[in-house]
Amino acid sequence: MLYAIETSGITKRFEEVTAVNKISIFVKPGELFGLLGPNGAGKTTLISMLSTMIEPSEGSALVWGHDVLKEADQVRQNIGVVFQDTTLDDRLTGRENLDLHGRLYGLDRKTRKNRIEDVLSLVELTDRADAIVKTYSGGMTRRLEIARGLMHHPHVLFLDEPTLGLDPQTRLHIWEYINELNKKEGVTILLTTHYMEEADKLCDRIAIIDHGQIAALDTPQALKNMLGGDVITLELGDSDDVDKLCGSFLKDGFANIVTKNQNEVFITVNNGERQIPHVLALASKAGVPILSVSLRKPTLDDVFIHYTGRAIRDKEVSEIEKAGYRMRSRRK
Amino acid sequence: MDFNRAVQTVYTMWLREMIRFSRSKSRIIGALATPLFFLIILGAGFSSSFQVRGGGAFDKSYLAPGLIGMSVLFASLMGGVSIIWDREFGFLKEILIAPVSRFFVALGKAIGGVTTAMIQGILIMIIAWFIGVRYVSILGVLSGIVVMFISGIGFIGLGIAIASRIESHEGFQMVMSFLTMPLVLLSGAFFPISNLPAWLKTLIYLNPLTYGVEALRYCLLGSSIIPIWMSITVLLVFSIAMIALGGRLFGKMKVI
Repeated sequence: MLYAIETSGITKRFEEVTAVNKISIFVKPGELFGLLGPNGAGKTTLISMLSTMIEPSEGSALVWGHDVLKEADQVRQNIGVVFQDTTLDDRLTGRENLDLHGRLYGLDRKTRKNRIEDVLSLVELTDRADAIVKTYSGGMTRRLEIARGLMHHPHVLFLDEPTLGLDPQTRLHIWEYINELNKKEGVTILLTTHYMEEADKLCDRIAIIDHGQIAALDTPQALKNMLGGDVITLELGDSDDVDKLCGSFLKDGFANIVTKNQNEVFITVNNGERQIPHVLALASKAGVPILSVSLRKPTLDDVFIHYTGRAIRDKEVSEIEKAGYRMRSRRK
Repeated sequence: MDFNRAVQTVYTMWLREMIRFSRSKSRIIGALATPLFFLIILGAGFSSSFQVRGGGAFDKSYLAPGLIGMSVLFASLMGGVSIIWDREFGFLKEILIAPVSRFFVALGKAIGGVTTAMIQGILIMIIAWFIGVRYVSILGVLSGIVVMFISGIGFIGLGIAIASRIESHEGFQMVMSFLTMPLVLLSGAFFPISNLPAWLKTLIYLNPLTYGVEALRYCLLGSSIIPIWMSITVLLVFSIAMIALGGRLFGKMKVI
């Protein structure tokens, strides 16, 4: 088996909208793969198809070598899923939730007992294990769900927005657990997020997904490098000097791109911090006084804007989201 | 899926219902209160005002099987439609992505619900005995419990079928009011089903709960209007049909 997850042209249409449009991804065993995109981009729908919750309209997918349509039970036995909304029984204790899960996945008594202790200590919930889940905080609930998703030693773990709505400290904690799972237990992880930082810090590779399609796919570093490098911004006292300075930078040839704006000059370079002395030396040689220098490393936000034409956060409600709301309100 | 896995699935779902049941003591007390009020107040009121035509007392003993039947009906239907709550609170997803057959999930849920219904029915039976209701024999009481089981399975199957088709818990409230009250009132729980106008008699004979109440009356009190073999046959057919329907619809249920 070459890939832990392999999709080819997988598509999901809901009545009038296409939530996932011909996505093909290949996730290697042991990889921590991120789907980054705004709400309504189709991330959850993709996970729902891969975890056999819903059937694709078109295309196919293999998870741990098993077809999600034809071998749903084998897929289910090999995956763990942590959904965006809680799926715990909140009248039961943490331990009871884990035990029921172990039973459903066919673990015998001894295996269940040992595994419950293991996963509880992994997410540091051992001392609250016998409290009713209703009394848990948001972070504890999420940790318990991650623990439950791991009970049956899944090869592939799906995490749908694992840190949504958690405070920054808890988020850092969850990141640690996710990393540990991936590195120590070797679990292949597919996570969705709309937090740039989360995708950047955690993931080996990221697929930027928007309107149900993949806009870009690579390692976080490579995605950022694609933008051409770091940006050094120089502020000049006299806007008449701008053209002169730009000219000498272009002649020197060290910069990838040089642009200007009133009394500012932007130089896109590789290894920006090492280039600053050279930039300043050239400016003083040209006799142009500099008021300030700043260096900005590209972030995934920039990458995201580059590929989708807008920032991830200030996004209006998409068609798919509206359809989602409609579906939910119809149910009520 | 092999046999062990099926048994394990049914047992797991049953176990969950039992744990939840043991943690909802106020609900149990509430569920017992209604039939007991009926039993004590209606029993006292009826026995001083009416007599069954053709002789025989019309008192709390006469009412007891009807009220046991009613509480089994309520508890089983509720047990079935509790799937709606599982969906609202998300737990249903956990079950549906587990590598187990949905039919056995539904069956486990049904057996769990019917266990709680039987516990309630037996508690009412015991309390009724303490307030003076007398049963014909131990064997009668034991066969009464079997009747509770068979009719409970039928109503829980109906509940699961309804829950699989209903989209929300508001819709569920409506179905419950339109279903439970007619079922109870048209079952002969509160009045003998002989000498009734034809339209009423037809409705009563179409109601599965009638056969549950009549069978209980035969087992606990020793006599019934509908012959016991007929009641049992109807109940068995109803239960098998409902559990098949419930299992089928639950299998098709979509959760996003």
